[in-house]
Amino acid sequence: MTFEYAPAPESRSVVDIAPSYGLFIDGEFTDAADGRVFKTVSPSTEEVLSEVARAGEADVDRAVAAARRAFASWSALPGSERAKYLFRIARIVQERSRELAVLETLDNGKPIKETRDTDLPLVAAHFFYYAGWADKLEHAGFGSSPKPLGVAAQVIPWNFPLLMLAWKIAPALATGNTVVLKPAETTPLSALFFADVCRQAGLPKGVVNILPGYGETGAALVAHPDVNKVAFTGSTGVGKEIARTVAGTRKKLTLELGGKGANIVFDDAPVDQAVEGIVSGIFFNQGQVCCAGSRLLVQESVHDEVLDALKRRISTLRLGDPLDKNTDIGAINSAEQLARITSLADQGEAEGAERWTAPCELPSSGYWFAPTVFSGVTQAHTVARDEIFGPVLSVLTFRTPDEAVAKANNTAYGLSAGIWTDKGSRILAVANKLRAGVVWSNTFNKFDPTSPFGGYKESGYGREGGRHGLEAYLDV
Amino acid sequence: MAPIVPDAPAAGRPRWPTGVGNGIGSRHSPLPFSYTRRYARVVTMSTTPHVPAAHALTDVTGSDASLRRFLHGLPGVDAVGLEARAAALGTRSIKTTSKAYALDLAISMVDLTTLEGADTPGKVRALGAKAVHPDPTDRTAPATAAVCVYPDMVAVAKEAVAGSGVKVASVATAFPAGRASMAVKLADVREAVDAGADEVDMVIDRGAFLSGRYLKVFEEITAVKQACGDAARLKVIFETGELSTYDNIRRASWLAMLAGADFIKTSTGKVAVNATPANTLLMLQAVRDFRDRTGVQIGVKPAGGIRTAKDAVKFLVLVGETAGTDWLDPHWFRFGASSLLNDLLMQRQKLATGRYSGPDYVTVD
Repeated sequence: MTFEYAPAPESRSVVDIAPSYGLFIDGEFTDAADGRVFKTVSPSTEEVLSEVARAGEADVDRAVAAARRAFASWSALPGSERAKYLFRIARIVQERSRELAVLETLDNGKPIKETRDTDLPLVAAHFFYYAGWADKLEHAGFGSSPKPLGVAAQVIPWNFPLLMLAWKIAPALATGNTVVLKPAETTPLSALFFADVCRQAGLPKGVVNILPGYGETGAALVAHPDVNKVAFTGSTGVGKEIARTVAGTRKKLTLELGGKGANIVFDDAPVDQAVEGIVSGIFFNQGQVCCAGSRLLVQESVHDEVLDALKRRISTLRLGDPLDKNTDIGAINSAEQLARITSLADQGEAEGAERWTAPCELPSSGYWFAPTVFSGVTQAHTVARDEIFGPVLSVLTFRTPDEAVAKANNTAYGLSAGIWTDKGSRILAVANKLRAGVVWSNTFNKFDPTSPFGGYKESGYGREGGRHGLEAYLDV
Repeated sequence: MAPIVPDAPAAGRPRWPTGVGNGIGSRHSPLPFSYTRRYARVVTMSTTPHVPAAHALTDVTGSDASLRRFLHGLPGVDAVGLEARAAALGTRSIKTTSKAYALDLAISMVDLTTLEGADTPGKVRALGAKAVHPDPTDRTAPATAAVCVYPDMVAVAKEAVAGSGVKVASVATAFPAGRASMAVKLADVREAVDAGADEVDMVIDRGAFLSGRYLKVFEEITAVKQACGDAARLKVIFETGELSTYDNIRRASWLAMLAGADFIKTSTGKVAVNATPANTLLMLQAVRDFRDRTGVQIGVKPAGGIRTAKDAVKFLVLVGETAGTDWLDPHWFRFGASSLLNDLLMQRQKLATGRYSGPDYVTVD
């Protein structure tokens, strides 16, 4: 007998998913005007979880109008009153965190370990944090009486459905804006449950409106003439389209787009912890993270040592049922995303990079991709340049700190980077030269509501989180 | 200050190769080629007479300078990252069949310990009886690995566990402080071994270690190892709470392994901070890397502060996912504990019967 872990599934019974859901407009759930619906499936099993109303242009009109109506009274509330609602939302999220974690895992495919220990605690933390700002805006450094913008149109991705919602909604409400939010078409459920949280918290009607739908819903929303603010997190391609749409209007825009983060490991790095950081950098949420450390830049003198230790560690990752509490790697979010990852990985192999795949068995149904490492990658390889948004790591080498910085910055993106060294002075020197919105030292993929997050170059503009995150929602 | 060594490898300090192609499948390869590549200059230094050539790192212990250079050349430990990893592994959910397996394995790994000034032959006999048959209501419960006593109690303990397969471990070398002359320490060891101890748990001279006299610590361990001879396996206690930093614990681990330790052990149980998931994880990384490098497997024993079955199972997760399943065996992993056994037994009863019994249904010794 060996020490095999018996299945330890989190119970599905803590969440009650209805067979169908409507749009959330003006405090009510309602069908789409044209009656269209779409199905949302569990990526780990392809089981249909629910049927969700699909918002069209008429629904966008209704939602924006509701948000506009609500704006006058919501923005007129004293900050301390808005704070009470946000604190209440934060507490309800905490109370319902187990339910929401299971829901998110079902709809997204990510392991329950992550939704339970990362997503949900951060969601609550974001609401708590911005609740604290609501009555202190005059001390935030944006003038003595900063004003909200109005109606915020927010479009969020499928990789952290509820967390991205929190990043968008919490600062918007704290500053006195009202919101129309479109969740991604593959992960609409947690946003709809959040609508229920808003009702539970007694949030005034129309302050938060949720419009599930596809890209065309998002396009209609950001193009709507009565919207004052557009916030988008997602791919660089869509971000550019939105920037074109918004150009020439008075809408304020923030974009948080793709990334190709460099994780730089120097020869004096704490190797065991660096390996952990590389693993969490690229395999957290199956690598479907805009700030993933998808390029490992390792000093050539320790390349073999680090790569051996990394492969050994990756071989211990447990891939499988996302609801199992011992699962480290869950499912890819959609068939479409799986196809993209597969094609980019095949391209990496075709271009001559050396492919290594973790020895793990993939479930027969659902969308799965085994943790993969490409070594012998150069700056010219597609896998070193394109965002894969999957559990695929590209390993490159460097010889000197200057070369590390040059290679790390040699990308169209600039969202995140990591530095691994025992030498404090080197951390500071290298971090100063990296053109990336977030630089982690001797850690990776650590998030906190107090810390601003955002990109350079094609990774977008504007910051979310921290005091800086208020600016995007204030008329400054 | 570290001496400046002209022949140190050019790419910074000497590094530890983990062995090319190891990890998945070939972890037993005794000498990965990267070893010779990286250590070409280190290993050509003069050999020393006092280490048996059991492994290939003999030459780094040739002088205080080379030993220091080697130990200080080990990769640093990032405390935040290490503790985060230990905590993450602590969230593994071990249920049903795996829990039953883990509880029995943990019981079989206990060094059931009494190290009190008030120890008497009666107390030690009771402990020995409990080690052989931990659960009076269930004879299927496995025996513990060993009983652990002071040297003057070894003979009593031997008699109490005679014929059972339970080992007798004895602390020695002026346990727990280790503040005595070498002659006294060795006499302590010999007394234990002569009385029939199967295992000797020595303490290192923390004063020497903290003042940078690594060779002195090394020589003490090799001398004790010699005194143990083939009769007893040697566990080397670092008192990690006194070494204080993780870098020190990693260095002490390598120092002891180089000196011939059969086991590396966290603590005496007599100071404020004893075994923790993080320091044990670090030592498990050390034995894993040492085997990759030399082919020699060394055991690990966390001691002190592990009181609940839940904690013990977390340590087994650390072992399995760090050093590997080869270490999930009483020969390679032990718990130094006294109160842990009763909680393991209560959890075992709960798993078998579906209900909790209570402290009156396990023996109090």
